[in-house]
Amino acid sequence: MSGTSSVYHPMLDNLTARLAKIVKQIRGEARLTEANIQDALREVRVALLEADVALPVVKQFIEAVRASALGEEVIGSLTPGQALVGLVHRELARLMGGANVGLDLATQPPAVILMAGLQGSGKTTTAGKLAKLLAADKKKVALVSCDVYRPAAIEQLKAVAAQAGADFVESKSGENPVDIARRALEHAKTRYFDVLIVDTAGRLAIDEEMMREIAELHAVLKPVETLFIVDAMQGQDAVNVARAFDARLPLTGVILTKLDGDARGGVALSVRQVTGKPIKFAGVGEKLGGIEPFHPERMAARILGMGDILGLVEEAHARIDLDEAKRVADKLKRGRGFDLEDFKAQIAQMKKMGGVAALLDKLPAQLAGQISPAQLQDDRQIRRIEGIINSMTPAERADPSMLKASRKRRIAAGAGVPVQAVNQLLNQFEQMQKMMKMMKGGNMARMLRNMKGVLPGLR
Amino acid sequence: MVAALSWAARLKAGLARTREVLNTPVPVLLARRRVDESLYEELEAALLQADCGVAATQAIVSSLRRKKLEDGEALRRALKDALAELLLPLERKLEITGARPFVIMLAGVNGSGKTTSIGKLAHWLQLQGRSVLLAAGDTFRAAAREQLVAWGERNAVPVIAQPSGDPGAVLFDALGAARARGAEVVIADTAGRLPTQLHLMEEIRKVKRVAAKAQAGAPHEVLLVLDANTGQNALAQVKAFDDALGLTGLVLTKLDGTAKGGVVCAIARERPVPLLFVGVGEDIDDLRPFVARDFAEALVG
Ligand SMILES: Nc1nc2c(ncn2[C@@H]2O[C@H](COP(=O)(O)OP(=O)(O)OP(=O)(O)O)[C@@H](O)[C@H]2O)c(=O)[nH]1
Ligand SMILES: Nc1nc2c(ncn2[C@@H]2O[C@H](COP(=O)(O)OP(=O)(O)O)[C@@H](O)[C@H]2O)c(=O)[nH]1
Ligand SMILES: [Mg+2]
Ligand SMILES: [Mg+2]
Repeated sequence: MSGTSSVYHPMLDNLTARLAKIVKQIRGEARLTEANIQDALREVRVALLEADVALPVVKQFIEAVRASALGEEVIGSLTPGQALVGLVHRELARLMGGANVGLDLATQPPAVILMAGLQGSGKTTTAGKLAKLLAADKKKVALVSCDVYRPAAIEQLKAVAAQAGADFVESKSGENPVDIARRALEHAKTRYFDVLIVDTAGRLAIDEEMMREIAELHAVLKPVETLFIVDAMQGQDAVNVARAFDARLPLTGVILTKLDGDARGGVALSVRQVTGKPIKFAGVGEKLGGIEPFHPERMAARILGMGDILGLVEEAHARIDLDEAKRVADKLKRGRGFDLEDFKAQIAQMKKMGGVAALLDKLPAQLAGQISPAQLQDDRQIRRIEGIINSMTPAERADPSMLKASRKRRIAAGAGVPVQAVNQLLNQFEQMQKMMKMMKGGNMARMLRNMKGVLPGLR
Repeated sequence: MVAALSWAARLKAGLARTREVLNTPVPVLLARRRVDESLYEELEAALLQADCGVAATQAIVSSLRRKKLEDGEALRRALKDALAELLLPLERKLEITGARPFVIMLAGVNGSGKTTSIGKLAHWLQLQGRSVLLAAGDTFRAAAREQLVAWGERNAVPVIAQPSGDPGAVLFDALGAARARGAEVVIADTAGRLPTQLHLMEEIRKVKRVAAKAQAGAPHEVLLVLDANTGQNALAQVKAFDDALGLTGLVLTKLDGTAKGGVVCAIARERPVPLLFVGVGEDIDDLRPFVARDFAEALVG
């Protein structure tokens, strides 16, 4: 089976716990007030800091949320806590840009793209990714490296260009970067290239000489896009670095790399706040296909540590049985095991939510991207699991360890499946049980990591 | 201790620049001031902005509050002491023991500075009179092999590489070559990987097992390379790589920038893996042994 139900459920638990914590103090009030949001805001502040949003940005954000929350009516079926968390999420998404903004290459060709950033942030790889995207769009693309400093940086770009199916303009480490840029621009003009992507060496914002160099490259190339490449794992210093690059280069956009990791990526908000420039793409893998348009909504939820589960709950909380989720959470807390009955209940909930495909849309991008398309058709499997569990006696559901060969045969016959299917289900259940145990002390990132090991089709 | 001094000086210079930008010069902030609530708040802000993390920052600030100090200068000294005390258990020297060859393996996320650190480490070891051989174990990233070969040339040490895509086989080969040539130390490069890539975490475990099979006791050091620019995820990296490999040490790179690497405070509290070296630039001699006191000094001025 896909096992996607387990992808979903523990996160719901996690969210329930978080919400419960925040909501508790402010339940049953019709308006958000200074007093009733105080604790919740402190909680949000910690969440943002733990996600590496820079402190000055956190402060600014909390004040903005406080201001817009005060007096807000709590509408409909929402509790005040949900209303506040919803507001935090929306505000975060809004600050990160609302809708996605793509590359703007509208200019007299060749359109030049200049890559800039710290050492190791992902410039060269991203240059290749963009080249591949544009080439797929029938653009004639050339790549050139002005990184004459790092050993084998030029060879790296050359290999990347070949993988991307783009043209490569040769350069040598003995050359002057500005001369390389001039030559490449000439080359692109005379050969009618649509796009020239210029890779540069990584540099520190306080390296005066190197910052002057990239400003000069900018002056010579007059790029239509000047992209600041940022590592999603970057911490508090991001505001200083972004401010310094923005001051020296007219940046037109930002690309956030390594989002396939488990960093919460608060740097997205920091950089956006400091530069005001749109985050155009997210890097989600080492291979050249690993690039996606940036989604502020998903990023906001990720920074808050909730995947896109928030949105999921907002939309569907009428349909989910929060009491049921809470029952399982309580059971776990009391130290009692997660049994097959619970497993079945989870699956039933999942069906209410619209099945695997609908859920996938709501999962954190990095996770959803790793689920194979084959699994999308797997709602059938869910029914099969239900069938198997239904064929068990209550005693068997409570204590699967009693399931020996003869009982398994009976169950398989009852559900109309081969015995292996029963075994497979039991295996997956066991692993899920382990994860549920971990959840108790648990950290979502670690859990997700482990989950990927369990579920087939997750890379 | 010329090296340590210039390192501290360099760190300080970098940090001074940060402070200009941040507008929160810690020493100025503390000196000649009465200790009051706002001062603690500023201190807390400085630690958070150095990436110390919420938990470590709160622990440090509450320990200072308990001291009930009255003047800023005393508070500044107490802060430095508290940091140095926290970081001291991380201080450890790299010792090349009797094993021949002595095998050092580097691991870490993408772009953290593994290959560059190997180039610097080779230089550092040669200065100590050790003969070194490098193993080009990053068989994934474009031109990663060429990058290491360039560092081999700079150091005039052999680099063992293969056209094959199997990092274990490369290391196996390198150990054989080291024995044949009598090289004392083998440093193995590996491809960058994120802990979320379970298959790659499994791959690097296998590389380690291959080393052990090729030579009992190897690898003798498994070092995780961390980028000082990294925020709280660095702690997750330490935990994940330690769980997978059993780390013996850390290297913290890019301290020549404005990032302060305060996340080591969180690491010291939650997963105290020794920090052997810090990277302070892209040149061959930009590697320094970690000195807790100097680091604490540089962190808060
Ligand atoms: N997992 C993952 N790795 C990435 C991503 N983008 C880049 N990388 C990896 O990060 C490392 C550094 O990437 P590079 O493209 O060499 O970075 P750079 O900014 O050009 O580095 P320098 O030129 O050395 O400053 C490489 O190992 C890349 O494979 C991404 O989105 N996800
Ligand atoms: N400023 C600075 N740059 C560094 C330092 N260590 C590595 N780098 C740079 O960071 C980038 C990534 O380093 P590399 O060794 O290729 O990382 P790897 O992918 O982990 O092997 C390169 O551009 C290096 O020159 C350091 O201590 N300071
Ligand atoms: Mg590069
Ligand atoms: Mg490398």
